[in-house]
Amino acid sequence: MSAPNLKIENLHVSIEGKEIIKGLNLEINGGEIHAVMGPNGTGKSTLASALMGHPKYEITEGTVTFDGEDLLEMEVDDRAKAGLFLAMQYPSEISGVTNADFLRSSINARREEGKEISLMKFIRKMDSKMELLDMDESFSQRYLNEGFSGGEKKRNEILQLLMIEPKIAILDEIDSGLDIDALKVVSKGINEIRSPEFGGLIITHYQRLLNYITPDKVHVMMQGRIVKSGGPELAQRLEAEGYDWIKEELGIEDETVEQA
Amino acid sequence: MSVETNETKIDFDQTYISEFSKKRQEPEWLTKLRLRGLELAESLPMPKPEKTKIDNWNFTNFKHDVQADAFSKVEDLPEHILNLVGKEDRTDNFIVQRNSTTAFTQLSKELQDKGVIFTDIATAVQEHSDLVETYFMNKMVSPDEHRLTALHAALFNGGVFVYVPKNVEIEVPLQSVFWQEDQEAALFNHVIVVAESNSSVTYVENYLSHGTEKQSVANIVAEVYAGPNARVQFGAVDNLANGVTTYVNRRGHAERDAKIEWALGQMNDGNTISENTTNLVGDGSVGDTKTVSVGRGDQKQNFVIRVNQWGKESDAQLMAHAVMKDSASSIFNGIAKIEHGATKANSEQTERVLMLSEKARGDANPILLIDEDDVTAGHAASVGRIDPVQMFYLMSRGISRKEAERLVIHGFLAPVVNQLPIEGVKKMLTDVIERKVTQ
Ligand SMILES: Nc1ncnc2c1ncn2[C@@H]1O[C@H](COP(=O)(O)OP(=O)(O)OP(=O)(O)O)[C@@H](O)[C@H]1O
Ligand SMILES: [Mg+2]
Repeated sequence: MSAPNLKIENLHVSIEGKEIIKGLNLEINGGEIHAVMGPNGTGKSTLASALMGHPKYEITEGTVTFDGEDLLEMEVDDRAKAGLFLAMQYPSEISGVTNADFLRSSINARREEGKEISLMKFIRKMDSKMELLDMDESFSQRYLNEGFSGGEKKRNEILQLLMIEPKIAILDEIDSGLDIDALKVVSKGINEIRSPEFGGLIITHYQRLLNYITPDKVHVMMQGRIVKSGGPELAQRLEAEGYDWIKEELGIEDETVEQA
Repeated sequence: MSVETNETKIDFDQTYISEFSKKRQEPEWLTKLRLRGLELAESLPMPKPEKTKIDNWNFTNFKHDVQADAFSKVEDLPEHILNLVGKEDRTDNFIVQRNSTTAFTQLSKELQDKGVIFTDIATAVQEHSDLVETYFMNKMVSPDEHRLTALHAALFNGGVFVYVPKNVEIEVPLQSVFWQEDQEAALFNHVIVVAESNSSVTYVENYLSHGTEKQSVANIVAEVYAGPNARVQFGAVDNLANGVTTYVNRRGHAERDAKIEWALGQMNDGNTISENTTNLVGDGSVGDTKTVSVGRGDQKQNFVIRVNQWGKESDAQLMAHAVMKDSASSIFNGIAKIEHGATKANSEQTERVLMLSEKARGDANPILLIDEDDVTAGHAASVGRIDPVQMFYLMSRGISRKEAERLVIHGFLAPVVNQLPIEGVKKMLTDVIERKVTQ
């Protein structure tokens, strides 16, 4: 299996006529973990949602390829089947659909008819991943995210990641709302799938997560663009000093997209 | 004498009714009740379901007295009935009626010894005449409500009687299957469930018919009585074919601290008027109604889900979920009526309609009629399409649009599926939903 590649060039994204992402470039390869940090409202989730194909976001310019294929031409489910995964900042709740049924459908969607995962194999896999994530068994029969606490939803996103085994995963604030123990558990889950065949884009506000999952690259996003990139030490400096020094360096007056 | 419904006449007269009653060796009170029903049917108007025009519905074209053979052993039952009652993990207690004639009946010795009665209604009126008389269109549904209840009294031809004595708690479900094999056979079905004080019972019924060429009528009344501190769980899957015009009235009466729970899968393909009423008479009584339906083709349906509360601290929960497709049209009226004096009563209701087509119509009307200050009541109603963000979430895991829709729809209708205690019936409802939604 060859290492996956996600390549974003000059991406522009609008929501309801308002441009949020304004010319963004980023390339992620298998084996790499990238972290994206940046003040609130600068377009991090917009980037993540647009890549996955959220119906509300309109791509007005630029190209995105996944393993050389035009990602933007694909339907949402085809993007997923190609190997892209998004752990969402705010996962949907779906009543009446159990976590287990949902996951089994997700896995089987990737398999040909007649070659569906056996129930036994599925249960074994789900049990072991849930154990790894310290999730109570009851979560497999609960309705998808319904009534889950903030932290439980995040854990459930990671459970899906581990079950689906994508090639490239975007994790949008997977650490927000997690207690310290959960943060460790979730990091353990993510580290579990780190390999040359896996690439990750981790959106976070906190250096803490990056203590557990060491990124290869750290990017700072402001005004809908990546304005600075560096190694793990960049995250440490942001944690200690905030974003003002970058704004000064780049002559940015206000970090929000509004100003631009 | 003949009865006129709409423009057409039904040729049933006193002689026919008396003969029919006599042939069934019914007690005198019942013959009288039938004749009173016939008389009332002449003078009473048709029901007037709000916002649904029923003038052109077929209420008259049917065969009334259709015979069918019984089955001597379980194994002889047709496959689709066996699937319902279960093959290996069969319910011990069930009755199958075929064109309203009892075709198979089974009640465990254990329940018989406890004094439980579970028998077809024709037998019940002979063997337990006084008991049946107490409840039959007497306490809950009355022949004089409108022409259809009157006709029901006059013409009823099938049904079951369930009686659970004081302090008897039945763990296993009792099941009835009402199978209209003859497409033209009318079903005037009467079900009575009586749970005496401190008893509990779960009763599940299925209505099914096949074929689309012929027309018929179903006129169904179920009366549920829950004595003090009794609990009745009543499940149903209605699955009558589109040639059948249905009037179904299920009504419950709950005494002090009694609880009545309805889980109704209303999956008829024909035009349907459904009334489900729970009377919370006793203090501390509880009513819980869950109903799901799918409208398809050009069928028209009208659902009234109602709870009347007299009991202090009584609690009513109403939930109706419906999926509408093609050019089907359904009206949902959820009525919460709290009477003066029902202090500390609570009432909650939700009606949600999921529209799958531009041409379908779904109306959800929560109605609160409250004559007491010291109560709490809430309601929510919505009519809308599948949430695109939910679709995005599911599809982002690789699930196709079609499969994602399927999951959301089944999930939306799951509250009733999950509450049905018999696997075969659960599966039947799931399959019917699948069929109605995808075909
Ligand atoms: N429907 C919408 N209409 C107008 N503006 C919108 C809409 N949805 C999002 N936005 C705006 O787009 C901008 C970027 O939002 P986005 O969620 O991408 O930010 P973010 O960087 O992920 O922020 P956070 O760190 O708070 O999660 C914000 O200013 C937000 O208000
Ligand atoms: Mg965000």
